[in-house]
Amino acid sequence: MSTEVKDVTYREAINQALREEMIRDESVFLMGEDIGHFEGAFKVTKGLLAEFGEKRVVDTPITEAGFTGLCVGAAMAGLRPVVEIMTVNFALVAMDQIVSNASKIHYMFGGQVDVPMVIRMPGGAGHQLSAQHSHSLDAMFAHVPGLKVCVPSTPEDAKGLLKTAIRDDDPVIVLESEGLYGKKGPVGGEDHLIPFGQAVVRRPGRDCTIVATSRMVWVALAAAEQLAAQGVEAEVIDPRTYRPLDLDTLAESVRRTSRAVVVDEGWPECGIAANLAAHLYESCFDWLDAPIGRVNSADVPMPYAKNLEQAAIPQPADVVAAVMATLAREVPR
Amino acid sequence: MSTSPPPIPPPEEMREIFRTMTLIRRFEERAAEEYMAGRIGGFLHLAIGEEAAIVGTVSALRPDDPLTSTYREHGQALARGTDPRAIMAELLGRETGICRGRGGSMHLMDVQRAFYGGYGIVGGAVPLALGLAWAARYRETEQVSVTMFGEGAANQGVVSECFNMAGLWDLPIVFLILNNQYGMGTPVERAAAVDDFFPRAAAYDIESWKVDGMDVLAVRAALSEAARLAREERRPACVELLAYRYRGHSMSDPDTVRAAEEKERWKARDPLITFERVLLGEGIIDAEGVAAMQAEVDTVVDDATAFAQGSPEVPVADLADYVYAEPWNDAANGSALVRP
Ligand SMILES: Cc1ncc(C[n+]2csc(CCOP(=O)(O)OP(=O)(O)O)c2C)c(N)n1
Ligand SMILES: [Mg+2]
Repeated sequence: MSTEVKDVTYREAINQALREEMIRDESVFLMGEDIGHFEGAFKVTKGLLAEFGEKRVVDTPITEAGFTGLCVGAAMAGLRPVVEIMTVNFALVAMDQIVSNASKIHYMFGGQVDVPMVIRMPGGAGHQLSAQHSHSLDAMFAHVPGLKVCVPSTPEDAKGLLKTAIRDDDPVIVLESEGLYGKKGPVGGEDHLIPFGQAVVRRPGRDCTIVATSRMVWVALAAAEQLAAQGVEAEVIDPRTYRPLDLDTLAESVRRTSRAVVVDEGWPECGIAANLAAHLYESCFDWLDAPIGRVNSADVPMPYAKNLEQAAIPQPADVVAAVMATLAREVPR
Repeated sequence: MSTSPPPIPPPEEMREIFRTMTLIRRFEERAAEEYMAGRIGGFLHLAIGEEAAIVGTVSALRPDDPLTSTYREHGQALARGTDPRAIMAELLGRETGICRGRGGSMHLMDVQRAFYGGYGIVGGAVPLALGLAWAARYRETEQVSVTMFGEGAANQGVVSECFNMAGLWDLPIVFLILNNQYGMGTPVERAAAVDDFFPRAAAYDIESWKVDGMDVLAVRAALSEAARLAREERRPACVELLAYRYRGHSMSDPDTVRAAEEKERWKARDPLITFERVLLGEGIIDAEGVAAMQAEVDTVVDDATAFAQGSPEVPVADLADYVYAEPWNDAANGSALVRP
């Protein structure tokens, strides 16, 4: 059948988004380390140098602050740079350009120039890369007004959110997951944009709401499967963007289930889960039957040893336990 | 670089350069008064003493050459022709300010005049200038991006990163190191392994040299040559200007570190006085002309100050305007600024 949608990997989905947007708009160019001739540390930019040439697919020196800032300037002049930072871990070197320049320029100059740029980078743990190469720093970016932050969990979202990001007039951080690059699924066509600030229900349920993004969606879905076997129907919701945040969809679900667990690969203190829980307490206090559960990575630098690393990052069993804890609580009447 | 005396611009332009330098001096002095009166808050960094560096630079550029600067940038905006009213109003945090009160003294921008802003993180704006140069080349325009930063900023790693990329990719950029010999209270000899900064750019295959930053015509000639290299030969350039600021680092610095004798020595080279002497000597202006020009500039500064003082404050209801390109103030979705 000609209408059949072919499954592609998360990696290919991103590649499609980049390619389609580069064809659509001459002002879109890519910049990053080893993205051209080497086709990306994760091969996301495969074939793009051959198709678009060195003007638009630019290999840089190892100089994250410099080329991220260069792209902020290019965006101020109206180009649409898409920066690849090899992994989230190296974005720390460019943090000044992201936080003090990209996110501030529209505001501090009274709206005189836009900064229409995208910074995409993969992160996350699970490959025994130890403490310096396993960060989930979503909270750091989501903390900053002026940025928009996407956290795609599926190939469809990876493509649709990135296309929206490239067409957006603000700086957008796209946090990809190293663990998802090989994940397959259907994707939309050239005109399929996924709007920011629209959560999606990944699995409906009535007993407890689980909020998760990126790779944690798959951990949450595995947990929901195990819970179903025990007669507990968990609803899994994926916000897809932290800024803007679709709090309405989350709150609607929590008001129905009266229970919530937030899963987040980052650290627990001052993190994404803490923040989402605070929003849900504020908006759903009168509906809650139990304290909101949080599942995070352990509050330690990521260890190398496989057993330690697995113990440190959220597992389906942790999510199951957190959901059961919300259900175990007696509701005083 | 050639050691022949810099070319003399036509008399009309000489007078205009002198007027702009005077305007900057008087504007800065008035800003200091407004600060002392409590009408300007935050940091206020004055460029008194650096007028030759600023006007010499701007006068050598085309009006659409993107210019970026540091927090010490009132003069750059004035030299680019930004309405002094809009600058003073910005300093006073008013609705009529060039950035509608969001930026203040350190963050002026006038994108209509290709002034791409003043920035507060030392060294942090240099990559932005590189990006503006990148865009010029990408679009095949003739623009040259010019960025002014201090000798203190030259010690930031990101500046070296930019030298490297500019040299590697031959971007149309002029790096202008305004060496006023101090970063806050730290003199060059306590901050840099080598006193000269231009050789750092030279190490990245960038044509680089040093000139007297107190001599407006020397600065102008150097910038003309640097801009020519970038515009016509599409090669980056770096000019180091040796200069001196006459006030402390900012209004909150009592300036007790620098020796009185040193200050006096540099004040003898005041760029306004030396340039006035040149103009008088060449018969380009006479004493009456100078007095008339100064009086005219004073009325401009008076008017700007009165305008700023009389301007409305920014409505607090507009606090969250400009966070994003599209207004997006839905506090209910929890992701924009949540207002009290
Ligand atoms: C990254 C950073 N570190 C420190 C400061 C504080 N600071 C502001 S200006 C300044 C001195 C900068 O000296 P220089 O670059 O020579 O410029 P000048 O003020 O002399 O014009 C310092 C240390 C800052 N704004 N940003
Ligand atoms: Mg200095």
